[in-house]
Amino acid sequence: MNKLKNALPAMIQGLKNAYFPEPLVLGNGKTVQPKRSVMVYILPILTIAVVFSANIIGFDIGVLIRRGAQFFVIVGRMIPPDWNYIPDVIGPLLETIMMSILGTMIGAFLSLPLAFLSSDNIIKNKAFLWTLRMIVSLFRTLPILIFAFILKYIFGIGTFAGTLAIALFTWLIMTKMLYEIIETVDMGPFEAIESSGASRVRAFTVSIIPQIIGQYISIALYNFEMNIRSAAILGYVGAGGIGLLLNEKLGWRQYDRVGLILFALLVTVYVIETISRYIRKRLS
Amino acid sequence: MSENIQRMYKKRPKDWITKWSIFLTIVALIAISVPYVDYKGLTDYGQEIAKSIILGIIQPKLSLLFDFSSKEAVPYLLLETVCIAFLGTLVGSILALPFAFFSARNLVPAWLSAIVTFFITVVRTFPAFVYGLMFIRVTGPGPFTGALTLAVSGIGMTAKLYVETIEDLDKGILEALDASGCNTIQKIRYGIIPQLMSNFASTTIYRFEINVKNASILGLVGAGGIGYPLISAIGAFRWSDAGTLLFGLIVLVLIIEYLSGRLRKKLATGV
Repeated sequence: MNKLKNALPAMIQGLKNAYFPEPLVLGNGKTVQPKRSVMVYILPILTIAVVFSANIIGFDIGVLIRRGAQFFVIVGRMIPPDWNYIPDVIGPLLETIMMSILGTMIGAFLSLPLAFLSSDNIIKNKAFLWTLRMIVSLFRTLPILIFAFILKYIFGIGTFAGTLAIALFTWLIMTKMLYEIIETVDMGPFEAIESSGASRVRAFTVSIIPQIIGQYISIALYNFEMNIRSAAILGYVGAGGIGLLLNEKLGWRQYDRVGLILFALLVTVYVIETISRYIRKRLS
Repeated sequence: MSENIQRMYKKRPKDWITKWSIFLTIVALIAISVPYVDYKGLTDYGQEIAKSIILGIIQPKLSLLFDFSSKEAVPYLLLETVCIAFLGTLVGSILALPFAFFSARNLVPAWLSAIVTFFITVVRTFPAFVYGLMFIRVTGPGPFTGALTLAVSGIGMTAKLYVETIEDLDKGILEALDASGCNTIQKIRYGIIPQLMSNFASTTIYRFEINVKNASILGLVGAGGIGYPLISAIGAFRWSDAGTLLFGLIVLVLIIEYLSGRLRKKLATGV
Protein backbone atom coordinates (compact mmCIF):
# COMPACT_ATOMS: atom_id res chain seq x y z
CA MET A 1 0.00 0.00 0.00
CA ASN A 2 2.75 2.35 1.02
CA LYS A 3 4.61 1.47 -2.15
CA LEU A 4 1.60 2.39 -4.30
CA LYS A 5 1.24 5.70 -2.47
CA ASN A 6 4.84 6.55 -3.27
CA ALA A 7 4.55 5.41 -6.89
CA LEU A 8 2.37 8.30 -8.06
CA PRO A 9 4.58 11.17 -6.87
CA ALA A 10 7.59 9.28 -8.19
CA MET A 11 5.94 9.04 -11.61
CA ILE A 12 5.05 12.73 -11.59
CA GLN A 13 8.60 13.52 -10.58
CA GLY A 14 9.87 11.29 -13.40
CA LEU A 15 7.65 13.01 -15.97
CA LYS A 16 8.68 16.44 -14.73
CA ASN A 17 12.32 15.40 -14.97
CA ALA A 18 11.81 14.23 -18.54
CA TYR A 19 10.38 17.58 -19.66
CA PHE A 20 12.35 19.90 -17.36
CA PRO A 21 15.55 18.05 -16.47
CA GLU A 22 17.13 19.36 -13.26
CA PRO A 23 20.74 20.48 -13.37
CA LEU A 24 23.24 17.93 -12.11
CA VAL A 25 26.03 18.86 -9.73
CA LEU A 26 29.28 17.15 -10.62
CA GLY A 27 31.96 16.04 -8.16
CA ASN A 28 34.12 19.09 -8.90
CA GLY A 29 31.28 21.45 -8.09
CA LYS A 30 30.30 22.26 -11.69
CA THR A 31 26.61 22.17 -12.57
CA VAL A 32 25.50 20.65 -15.84
CA GLN A 33 22.12 21.15 -17.51
CA PRO A 34 21.14 17.82 -19.12
CA LYS A 35 19.43 18.03 -22.52
CA ARG A 36 15.76 17.26 -22.84
CA SER A 37 15.34 13.85 -24.51
CA VAL A 38 13.69 13.87 -27.96
CA MET A 39 11.55 11.00 -26.77
CA VAL A 40 9.28 13.42 -24.86
CA TYR A 41 8.16 14.77 -28.23
CA ILE A 42 8.23 11.56 -30.21
CA LEU A 43 6.19 9.39 -27.84
CA PRO A 44 3.06 11.59 -27.64
CA ILE A 45 3.10 12.17 -31.42
CA LEU A 46 3.49 8.46 -32.01
CA THR A 47 0.60 7.66 -29.67
CA ILE A 48 -1.71 10.12 -31.40
CA ALA A 49 -0.69 8.76 -34.80
CA VAL A 50 -1.39 5.19 -33.70
CA VAL A 51 -4.86 6.01 -32.37
CA PHE A 52 -5.66 8.06 -35.46
CA SER A 53 -4.58 5.39 -37.95
CA ALA A 54 -6.21 2.60 -35.96
CA ASN A 55 -9.46 4.54 -36.36
CA ILE A 56 -8.99 5.04 -40.07
CA ILE A 57 -8.24 1.43 -40.89
CA GLY A 58 -10.87 0.05 -38.51
CA PHE A 59 -8.49 -1.80 -36.21
CA ASP A 60 -10.44 -4.51 -34.47
CA ILE A 61 -8.69 -6.70 -31.92
CA GLY A 62 -11.83 -8.88 -31.74
CA VAL A 63 -11.43 -10.03 -35.34
CA LEU A 64 -7.81 -10.81 -34.65
CA ILE A 65 -8.65 -12.93 -31.59
CA ARG A 66 -11.52 -14.75 -33.28
CA ARG A 67 -9.90 -15.30 -36.66
CA GLY A 68 -6.16 -14.93 -36.04
CA ALA A 69 -5.65 -18.65 -35.44
CA GLN A 70 -7.09 -19.30 -38.92
CA PHE A 71 -3.82 -18.08 -40.44
CA PHE A 72 -1.92 -20.85 -38.70
CA VAL A 73 -4.61 -23.33 -39.77
CA ILE A 74 -3.92 -22.35 -43.38
CA VAL A 75 -0.16 -22.60 -42.86
CA GLY A 76 -0.68 -25.96 -41.12
CA ARG A 77 -2.60 -27.32 -44.07
CA MET A 78 0.28 -26.44 -46.39
CA ILE A 79 2.40 -29.02 -44.59
CA PRO A 80 3.14 -31.51 -46.00
CA PRO A 81 3.11 -30.03 -49.51
CA ASP A 82 1.55 -32.05 -52.34
CA TRP A 83 4.74 -33.43 -53.94
CA ASN A 84 2.84 -34.96 -56.88
CA TYR A 85 2.10 -31.46 -58.06
CA ILE A 86 5.77 -30.74 -58.88
CA PRO A 87 5.52 -31.31 -62.68
CA ASP A 88 2.81 -28.64 -63.00
CA VAL A 89 4.85 -26.09 -61.04
CA ILE A 90 8.11 -26.39 -62.98
CA GLY A 91 6.82 -24.73 -66.16
CA PRO A 92 5.48 -21.53 -64.57
CA LEU A 93 8.47 -21.40 -62.23
CA LEU A 94 10.88 -21.50 -65.17
CA GLU A 95 8.78 -18.82 -66.84
CA THR A 96 9.16 -16.65 -63.73
CA ILE A 97 12.94 -17.16 -63.62
CA MET A 98 13.40 -16.48 -67.33
CA MET A 99 11.23 -13.36 -67.16
CA SER A 100 13.43 -12.05 -64.36
CA ILE A 101 16.68 -12.93 -66.15
CA LEU A 102 15.73 -11.26 -69.41
CA GLY A 103 14.00 -8.31 -67.74
CA THR A 104 16.94 -7.63 -65.46
CA MET A 105 19.43 -7.86 -68.32
CA ILE A 106 17.51 -5.45 -70.52
CA GLY A 107 17.00 -3.04 -67.65
CA ALA A 108 20.64 -3.24 -66.57
CA PHE A 109 21.85 -2.68 -70.11
CA LEU A 110 19.64 0.36 -70.69
CA SER A 111 20.50 1.89 -67.33
CA LEU A 112 24.10 2.54 -68.35
CA PRO A 113 23.40 5.26 -70.95
CA LEU A 114 20.63 6.80 -68.83
CA ALA A 115 22.87 6.90 -65.76
CA PHE A 116 25.57 8.52 -67.92
CA LEU A 117 23.09 11.24 -68.85
CA SER A 118 22.00 11.84 -65.24
CA SER A 119 25.35 12.04 -63.44
CA ASP A 120 26.23 15.56 -62.36
CA ASN A 121 29.96 15.06 -62.82
CA ILE A 122 29.54 14.30 -66.53
CA ILE A 123 26.57 16.36 -67.64
CA LYS A 124 27.06 19.97 -66.65
CA ASN A 125 23.69 21.28 -67.84
CA LYS A 126 21.73 21.52 -64.57
CA ALA A 127 18.31 22.06 -66.15
CA PHE A 128 18.65 18.99 -68.38
CA LEU A 129 19.99 16.93 -65.48
CA TRP A 130 17.17 17.72 -63.09
CA THR A 131 14.43 17.28 -65.67
CA LEU A 132 15.79 13.86 -66.55
CA ARG A 133 16.15 12.86 -62.91
CA MET A 134 12.67 14.06 -62.16
CA ILE A 135 11.18 11.95 -64.96
CA VAL A 136 13.16 8.90 -63.83
CA SER A 137 12.05 9.21 -60.22
CA LEU A 138 8.44 9.91 -61.19
CA PHE A 139 8.15 6.49 -62.77
CA ARG A 140 10.54 4.75 -60.41
CA THR A 141 8.12 5.19 -57.52
CA LEU A 142 5.44 3.04 -59.12
CA PRO A 143 5.30 -0.54 -57.82
CA ILE A 144 6.25 -3.19 -60.37
CA LEU A 145 2.82 -4.81 -60.11
CA ILE A 146 1.14 -1.64 -61.37
CA PHE A 147 3.58 -1.46 -64.29
CA ALA A 148 2.65 -5.03 -65.14
CA PHE A 149 -1.05 -4.35 -64.78
CA ILE A 150 -0.94 -1.42 -67.20
CA LEU A 151 1.38 -3.20 -69.65
CA LYS A 152 -0.95 -6.17 -69.70
CA TYR A 153 -3.60 -3.95 -71.26
CA ILE A 154 -1.13 -2.65 -73.83
CA PHE A 155 0.59 -5.91 -74.82
CA GLY A 156 -1.96 -8.50 -73.82
CA ILE A 157 -1.85 -11.21 -71.17
CA GLY A 158 1.36 -13.19 -71.00
CA THR A 159 5.05 -13.18 -70.17
CA PHE A 160 5.91 -10.28 -72.48
CA ALA A 161 4.08 -7.77 -70.29
CA GLY A 162 5.78 -9.22 -67.21
CA THR A 163 9.25 -9.13 -68.75
CA LEU A 164 8.73 -5.58 -69.91
CA ALA A 165 7.50 -4.54 -66.45
CA ILE A 166 10.61 -6.04 -64.86
CA ALA A 167 12.85 -4.44 -67.50
CA LEU A 168 11.28 -0.99 -67.02
CA PHE A 169 11.40 -1.19 -63.24
CA THR A 170 15.02 -2.41 -63.23
CA TRP A 171 16.01 0.22 -65.76
CA LEU A 172 14.70 3.08 -63.63
CA ILE A 173 15.92 1.84 -60.26
CA MET A 174 19.36 0.85 -61.58
CA THR A 175 19.75 4.23 -63.25
CA LYS A 176 19.40 5.86 -59.84
CA MET A 177 21.75 3.43 -58.11
CA LEU A 178 24.26 3.77 -60.93
CA TYR A 179 24.42 7.56 -61.13
CA GLU A 180 24.98 7.65 -57.39
CA ILE A 181 27.99 5.39 -57.96
CA ILE A 182 29.24 7.32 -60.99
CA GLU A 183 29.19 10.54 -59.00
CA THR A 184 31.73 9.10 -56.55
CA VAL A 185 34.31 7.87 -59.09
CA ASP A 186 37.77 9.32 -59.59
CA MET A 187 37.40 11.89 -62.39
CA GLY A 188 41.16 12.12 -63.11
CA PRO A 189 41.29 9.53 -65.92
CA PHE A 190 38.11 10.96 -67.46
CA GLU A 191 39.58 14.46 -67.62
CA ALA A 192 42.90 13.16 -68.93
CA ILE A 193 41.27 11.28 -71.75
CA GLU A 194 38.88 14.10 -72.56
CA SER A 195 41.76 16.58 -72.73
CA SER A 196 43.56 14.31 -75.18
CA GLY A 197 40.70 14.98 -77.58
CA ALA A 198 38.33 12.09 -76.96
CA SER A 199 34.58 12.65 -76.88
CA ARG A 200 32.66 12.49 -73.61
CA VAL A 201 31.08 9.14 -74.45
CA ARG A 202 34.44 7.68 -75.42
CA ALA A 203 36.04 9.01 -72.25
CA PHE A 204 33.19 7.56 -70.24
CA THR A 205 33.51 4.09 -71.72
CA VAL A 206 37.27 3.82 -71.27
CA SER A 207 37.76 5.66 -67.98
CA ILE A 208 34.60 5.42 -65.91
CA ILE A 209 33.11 2.08 -66.89
CA PRO A 210 36.22 0.13 -65.79
CA GLN A 211 35.93 1.85 -62.40
CA ILE A 212 32.28 0.99 -61.89
CA ILE A 213 31.96 -2.34 -63.69
CA GLY A 214 32.28 -4.40 -60.49
CA GLN A 215 29.64 -2.40 -58.66
CA TYR A 216 27.51 -2.37 -61.80
CA ILE A 217 27.39 -6.16 -61.99
CA SER A 218 26.86 -6.29 -58.25
CA ILE A 219 23.78 -4.04 -58.31
CA ALA A 220 22.47 -5.86 -61.37
CA LEU A 221 22.63 -9.12 -59.44
CA TYR A 222 21.02 -7.49 -56.42
CA ASN A 223 18.18 -6.28 -58.63
CA PHE A 224 17.88 -9.75 -60.08
CA GLU A 225 17.42 -11.14 -56.55
CA MET A 226 14.64 -8.64 -55.88
CA ASN A 227 13.07 -9.18 -59.29
CA ILE A 228 12.72 -12.90 -58.84
CA ARG A 229 10.61 -12.25 -55.77
CA SER A 230 8.40 -9.69 -57.41
CA ALA A 231 8.14 -11.73 -60.61
CA ALA A 232 6.53 -14.43 -58.53
CA ILE A 233 3.48 -12.24 -58.01
CA LEU A 234 3.21 -10.74 -61.50
CA GLY A 235 1.11 -13.70 -62.62
CA TYR A 236 -1.64 -12.44 -60.37
CA VAL A 237 -2.41 -9.62 -62.78
CA GLY A 238 -1.95 -11.90 -65.80
CA ALA A 239 1.65 -11.03 -66.61
CA GLY A 240 3.00 -14.59 -66.68
CA GLY A 241 4.81 -16.80 -64.22
CA ILE A 242 3.91 -18.66 -61.08
CA GLY A 243 1.68 -16.01 -59.50
CA LEU A 244 -1.41 -17.06 -61.42
CA LEU A 245 -1.09 -20.60 -60.14
CA LEU A 246 -0.62 -19.36 -56.61
CA ASN A 247 -3.76 -17.27 -56.68
CA GLU A 248 -5.77 -20.06 -58.27
CA LYS A 249 -4.75 -22.69 -55.72
CA LEU A 250 -5.39 -20.29 -52.84
CA GLY A 251 -8.82 -19.57 -54.27
CA TRP A 252 -9.61 -23.26 -54.52
CA ARG A 253 -8.30 -23.81 -51.00
CA GLN A 254 -5.86 -26.47 -52.20
CA TYR A 255 -3.43 -25.45 -49.50
CA ASP A 256 -1.14 -28.46 -49.90
CA ARG A 257 -0.48 -27.31 -53.47
CA VAL A 258 -0.01 -23.73 -52.29
CA GLY A 259 2.53 -25.18 -49.87
CA LEU A 260 4.41 -26.77 -52.74
CA ILE A 261 4.39 -23.57 -54.80
CA LEU A 262 5.74 -21.59 -51.85
CA PHE A 263 8.33 -24.27 -51.20
CA ALA A 264 9.46 -24.21 -54.85
CA LEU A 265 9.71 -20.43 -54.63
CA LEU A 266 11.70 -20.66 -51.42
CA VAL A 267 14.21 -23.06 -52.96
CA THR A 268 14.55 -20.96 -56.11
CA VAL A 269 15.08 -17.72 -54.23
CA TYR A 270 17.54 -19.41 -51.87
CA VAL A 271 19.62 -20.91 -54.70
CA ILE A 272 19.66 -17.67 -56.68
CA GLU A 273 20.55 -15.59 -53.62
CA THR A 274 23.37 -17.92 -52.69
CA ILE A 275 24.88 -17.80 -56.19
CA SER A 276 24.41 -14.05 -56.43
CA ARG A 277 25.92 -13.43 -52.97
CA TYR A 278 28.91 -15.58 -53.92
CA ILE A 279 29.53 -13.63 -57.12
CA ARG A 280 29.00 -10.29 -55.39
CA LYS A 281 31.48 -11.22 -52.67
CA ARG A 282 34.05 -12.18 -55.30
CA LEU A 283 33.46 -8.86 -57.07
CA SER A 284 34.05 -6.66 -54.04
CA MET B 1 58.68 8.36 -75.62
CA SER B 2 56.34 6.80 -78.11
CA GLU B 3 58.33 3.58 -77.89
CA ASN B 4 57.78 3.53 -74.14
CA ILE B 5 54.08 3.91 -74.64
CA GLN B 6 54.06 1.11 -77.20
CA ARG B 7 55.96 -1.16 -74.84
CA MET B 8 53.66 -0.47 -71.90
CA TYR B 9 50.65 -0.92 -74.16
CA LYS B 10 51.87 -4.38 -75.17
CA LYS B 11 52.28 -5.23 -71.48
CA ARG B 12 48.66 -4.30 -70.63
CA PRO B 13 46.76 -6.93 -68.63
CA LYS B 14 45.41 -9.71 -70.80
CA ASP B 15 41.81 -10.07 -69.67
CA TRP B 16 40.27 -11.44 -72.84
CA ILE B 17 39.30 -14.69 -71.09
CA THR B 18 37.19 -12.81 -68.53
CA LYS B 19 35.72 -10.58 -71.20
CA TRP B 20 34.79 -13.46 -73.46
CA SER B 21 33.35 -15.56 -70.66
CA ILE B 22 31.16 -12.66 -69.50
CA PHE B 23 30.07 -12.07 -73.09
CA LEU B 24 29.28 -15.74 -73.66
CA THR B 25 27.36 -15.98 -70.37
CA ILE B 26 25.21 -13.03 -71.39
CA VAL B 27 24.56 -14.48 -74.84
CA ALA B 28 23.70 -17.85 -73.32
CA LEU B 29 21.31 -16.28 -70.79
CA ILE B 30 19.55 -14.36 -73.54
CA ALA B 31 19.34 -17.47 -75.69
CA ILE B 32 17.68 -19.56 -72.98
CA SER B 33 15.36 -16.88 -71.67
CA VAL B 34 13.99 -15.39 -74.90
CA PRO B 35 11.91 -18.47 -75.89
CA TYR B 36 9.93 -18.08 -72.67
CA VAL B 37 8.71 -14.63 -73.63
CA ASP B 38 5.80 -14.62 -76.02
CA TYR B 39 5.46 -11.36 -77.90
CA LYS B 40 2.07 -11.13 -79.54
CA GLY B 41 2.26 -7.50 -80.56
CA LEU B 42 0.16 -4.68 -79.22
CA THR B 43 -3.44 -5.31 -78.35
CA ASP B 44 -5.94 -3.52 -80.60
CA TYR B 45 -6.29 -0.61 -78.22
CA GLY B 46 -2.74 -0.77 -76.81
CA GLN B 47 -1.50 2.55 -78.16
CA GLU B 48 -4.67 4.30 -77.10
CA ILE B 49 -4.21 3.06 -73.53
CA ALA B 50 -0.57 4.05 -73.32
CA LYS B 51 -1.44 7.54 -74.49
CA SER B 52 -4.39 7.92 -72.11
CA ILE B 53 -2.40 6.84 -69.05
CA ILE B 54 0.41 9.31 -69.74
CA LEU B 55 -2.09 12.09 -70.44
CA GLY B 56 -3.91 11.19 -67.20
CA ILE B 57 -0.72 11.55 -65.16
CA ILE B 58 0.24 14.81 -66.84
CA GLN B 59 -3.26 16.30 -66.52
CA PRO B 60 -4.76 14.87 -63.32
CA LYS B 61 -8.46 15.37 -62.68
CA LEU B 62 -8.40 18.17 -60.12
CA SER B 63 -11.86 17.36 -58.78
CA LEU B 64 -10.65 13.91 -57.76
CA LEU B 65 -7.31 15.16 -56.52
CA PHE B 66 -8.49 17.88 -54.16
CA ASP B 67 -11.72 16.46 -52.81
CA PHE B 68 -11.07 16.18 -49.09
CA SER B 69 -14.53 15.02 -48.03
CA SER B 70 -15.25 12.01 -50.23
CA LYS B 71 -13.90 8.61 -49.28
CA GLU B 72 -13.40 7.76 -52.96
CA ALA B 73 -11.14 10.73 -53.67
CA VAL B 74 -7.36 10.74 -53.74
CA PRO B 75 -6.61 12.45 -50.37
CA TYR B 76 -8.57 9.95 -48.29
CA LEU B 77 -7.22 6.95 -50.22
CA LEU B 78 -3.67 8.15 -49.73
CA LEU B 79 -4.30 8.79 -46.05
CA GLU B 80 -5.66 5.28 -45.70
CA THR B 81 -2.61 3.88 -47.51
CA VAL B 82 -0.25 5.75 -45.19
CA CYS B 83 -2.19 4.62 -42.10
CA ILE B 84 -2.04 0.98 -43.22
CA ALA B 85 1.69 1.30 -43.80
CA PHE B 86 2.24 3.12 -40.49
CA LEU B 87 0.43 0.62 -38.28
CA GLY B 88 1.80 -2.31 -40.26
CA THR B 89 5.35 -1.02 -39.82
CA LEU B 90 4.93 -0.27 -36.13
CA VAL B 91 3.43 -3.64 -35.24
CA GLY B 92 5.86 -5.40 -37.57
CA SER B 93 8.91 -3.80 -36.02
CA ILE B 94 7.71 -4.68 -32.52
CA LEU B 95 7.08 -8.28 -33.63
CA ALA B 96 10.55 -8.35 -35.17
CA LEU B 97 12.29 -7.47 -31.88
CA PRO B 98 12.15 -10.93 -30.23
CA PHE B 99 13.18 -12.62 -33.48
CA ALA B 100 16.11 -10.26 -33.82
CA PHE B 101 17.34 -10.77 -30.25
CA PHE B 102 16.93 -14.55 -30.46
CA SER B 103 18.98 -14.77 -33.63
CA ALA B 104 21.85 -12.51 -32.57
CA ARG B 105 24.89 -14.73 -32.32
CA ASN B 106 26.48 -12.67 -29.55
CA LEU B 107 23.48 -13.16 -27.24
CA VAL B 108 22.09 -16.68 -27.71
CA PRO B 109 23.60 -20.15 -28.31
CA ALA B 110 24.48 -21.02 -31.91
CA TRP B 111 21.74 -23.62 -32.39
CA LEU B 112 18.96 -21.23 -31.36
CA SER B 113 20.41 -18.50 -33.55
CA ALA B 114 20.49 -20.89 -36.52
CA ILE B 115 16.83 -21.89 -36.07
CA VAL B 116 15.56 -18.32 -35.73
CA THR B 117 17.74 -17.10 -38.61
CA PHE B 118 16.28 -19.84 -40.81
CA PHE B 119 12.77 -18.74 -39.83
CA ILE B 120 13.59 -15.11 -40.65
CA THR B 121 14.95 -16.16 -44.05
CA VAL B 122 11.77 -18.10 -44.85
CA VAL B 123 9.50 -15.19 -43.86
CA ARG B 124 11.64 -12.79 -45.91
CA THR B 125 11.46 -14.85 -49.08
CA PHE B 126 7.83 -14.21 -49.92
CA PRO B 127 6.64 -10.80 -51.07
CA ALA B 128 4.02 -9.00 -48.95
CA PHE B 129 1.50 -9.68 -51.69
CA VAL B 130 1.60 -13.44 -51.02
CA TYR B 131 0.82 -12.84 -47.35
CA GLY B 132 -1.98 -10.54 -48.46
CA LEU B 133 -3.55 -13.34 -50.49
CA MET B 134 -3.48 -15.52 -47.38
CA PHE B 135 -4.66 -12.94 -44.86
CA ILE B 136 -7.61 -11.96 -47.01
CA ARG B 137 -8.93 -15.44 -46.23
CA VAL B 138 -8.37 -14.92 -42.53
CA THR B 139 -9.72 -11.49 -41.67
CA GLY B 140 -11.66 -10.66 -44.84
CA PRO B 141 -11.21 -7.64 -47.10
CA GLY B 142 -10.45 -4.20 -45.68
CA PRO B 143 -7.59 -1.97 -44.61
CA PHE B 144 -7.20 -3.85 -41.31
CA THR B 145 -6.10 -6.92 -43.27
CA GLY B 146 -3.62 -4.74 -45.12
CA ALA B 147 -1.99 -3.57 -41.90
CA LEU B 148 -1.89 -7.13 -40.57
CA THR B 149 -0.26 -8.37 -43.76
CA LEU B 150 2.43 -5.70 -43.64
CA ALA B 151 3.06 -6.41 -39.96
CA VAL B 152 3.70 -10.10 -40.57
CA SER B 153 5.54 -9.81 -43.88
CA GLY B 154 7.78 -7.10 -42.46
CA ILE B 155 9.17 -9.29 -39.69
CA GLY B 156 11.73 -10.90 -41.99
CA MET B 157 13.50 -7.86 -43.34
CA THR B 158 13.20 -5.77 -40.19
CA ALA B 159 14.56 -8.55 -37.96
CA LYS B 160 17.45 -9.16 -40.36
CA LEU B 161 18.51 -5.51 -40.25
CA TYR B 162 18.01 -5.34 -36.48
CA VAL B 163 20.27 -8.35 -36.01
CA GLU B 164 23.12 -6.63 -37.82
CA THR B 165 22.88 -3.75 -35.35
CA ILE B 166 22.64 -6.03 -32.33
CA GLU B 167 25.66 -8.04 -33.42
CA ASP B 168 27.66 -4.80 -33.58
CA LEU B 169 26.94 -3.99 -29.91
CA ASP B 170 29.98 -2.65 -28.09
CA LYS B 171 30.30 -4.75 -24.95
CA GLY B 172 32.93 -2.46 -23.45
CA ILE B 173 30.24 0.04 -22.51
CA LEU B 174 28.34 -2.64 -20.59
CA GLU B 175 31.51 -3.58 -18.72
CA ALA B 176 32.10 0.04 -17.84
CA LEU B 177 28.56 0.38 -16.51
CA ASP B 178 29.05 -2.86 -14.59
CA ALA B 179 32.21 -1.49 -13.04
CA SER B 180 30.43 1.67 -11.93
CA GLY B 181 27.82 -0.45 -10.15
CA CYS B 182 24.77 -0.30 -12.44
CA ASN B 183 22.05 -2.91 -12.15
CA THR B 184 20.62 -4.82 -15.13
CA ILE B 185 17.83 -2.35 -15.88
CA GLN B 186 20.22 0.57 -15.76
CA LYS B 187 22.61 -1.32 -18.01
CA ILE B 188 19.86 -1.82 -20.58
CA ARG B 189 18.66 1.77 -20.25
CA TYR B 190 22.07 3.49 -20.48
CA GLY B 191 24.22 0.83 -22.17
CA ILE B 192 22.10 -1.00 -24.74
CA ILE B 193 19.17 1.20 -25.78
CA PRO B 194 21.28 4.24 -26.77
CA GLN B 195 23.47 2.00 -28.95
CA LEU B 196 20.56 0.38 -30.76
CA MET B 197 18.01 3.15 -30.91
CA SER B 198 19.19 5.20 -33.88
CA ASN B 199 19.86 2.19 -36.10
CA PHE B 200 16.56 0.59 -35.14
CA ALA B 201 14.71 3.82 -35.86
CA SER B 202 16.49 4.10 -39.18
CA THR B 203 15.53 0.53 -40.13
CA THR B 204 11.94 1.12 -39.14
CA ILE B 205 11.69 4.31 -41.19
CA TYR B 206 13.19 2.51 -44.17
CA ARG B 207 10.66 -0.29 -43.75
CA PHE B 208 7.88 2.30 -43.57
CA GLU B 209 8.99 3.66 -46.92
CA ILE B 210 8.82 0.16 -48.43
CA ASN B 211 5.49 -0.52 -46.75
CA VAL B 212 3.88 2.56 -48.29
CA LYS B 213 4.72 1.06 -51.69
CA ASN B 214 3.51 -2.36 -50.54
CA ALA B 215 0.28 -0.91 -49.15
CA SER B 216 -0.46 0.62 -52.51
CA ILE B 217 -0.49 -2.77 -54.20
CA LEU B 218 -2.21 -4.71 -51.43
CA GLY B 219 -5.42 -3.04 -52.56
CA LEU B 220 -5.30 -5.42 -55.52
CA VAL B 221 -6.33 -8.27 -53.26
CA GLY B 222 -8.84 -6.06 -51.48
CA ALA B 223 -6.76 -5.12 -48.46
CA GLY B 224 -7.56 -1.41 -48.53
CA GLY B 225 -5.62 1.61 -49.69
CA ILE B 226 -5.32 3.18 -53.11
CA GLY B 227 -4.65 -0.08 -54.98
CA TYR B 228 -8.19 -1.27 -55.44
CA PRO B 229 -9.65 1.97 -56.86
CA LEU B 230 -6.62 2.16 -59.14
CA ILE B 231 -7.06 -1.34 -60.47
CA SER B 232 -10.78 -0.96 -60.96
CA ALA B 233 -10.27 2.35 -62.77
CA ILE B 234 -7.80 0.68 -65.14
CA GLY B 235 -10.02 -2.38 -65.50
CA ALA B 236 -13.03 -0.19 -66.38
CA PHE B 237 -10.96 1.86 -68.86
CA ARG B 238 -11.48 5.05 -66.83
CA TRP B 239 -8.04 6.27 -67.82
CA SER B 240 -8.21 9.83 -66.53
CA ASP B 241 -9.20 8.50 -63.08
CA ALA B 242 -6.40 5.95 -63.21
CA GLY B 243 -3.91 8.64 -64.23
CA THR B 244 -5.06 10.87 -61.37
CA LEU B 245 -4.73 8.08 -58.81
CA LEU B 246 -1.26 7.24 -60.15
CA PHE B 247 -0.31 10.90 -59.91
CA GLY B 248 -1.40 10.97 -56.27
CA LEU B 249 0.53 7.80 -55.53
CA ILE B 250 3.69 9.09 -57.19
CA VAL B 251 3.58 12.35 -55.23
CA LEU B 252 2.99 10.49 -51.96
CA VAL B 253 5.86 8.07 -52.51
CA LEU B 254 8.22 10.88 -53.51
CA ILE B 255 7.37 12.84 -50.35
CA ILE B 256 7.79 9.77 -48.14
CA GLU B 257 11.08 8.87 -49.83
CA TYR B 258 12.39 12.39 -49.35
CA LEU B 259 11.38 12.59 -45.67
CA SER B 260 12.68 9.11 -44.96
CA GLY B 261 15.99 9.90 -46.62
CA ARG B 262 16.37 13.13 -44.63
CA LEU B 263 15.45 11.48 -41.32
CA ARG B 264 17.72 8.50 -41.85
CA LYS B 265 20.61 10.74 -42.82
CA LYS B 266 20.01 12.71 -39.65
CA LEU B 267 19.92 9.54 -37.57
CA ALA B 268 23.14 8.28 -39.15
CA THR B 269 25.23 11.44 -39.02
CA GLY B 270 23.44 13.68 -36.54
CA VAL B 271 23.02 16.58 -38.99
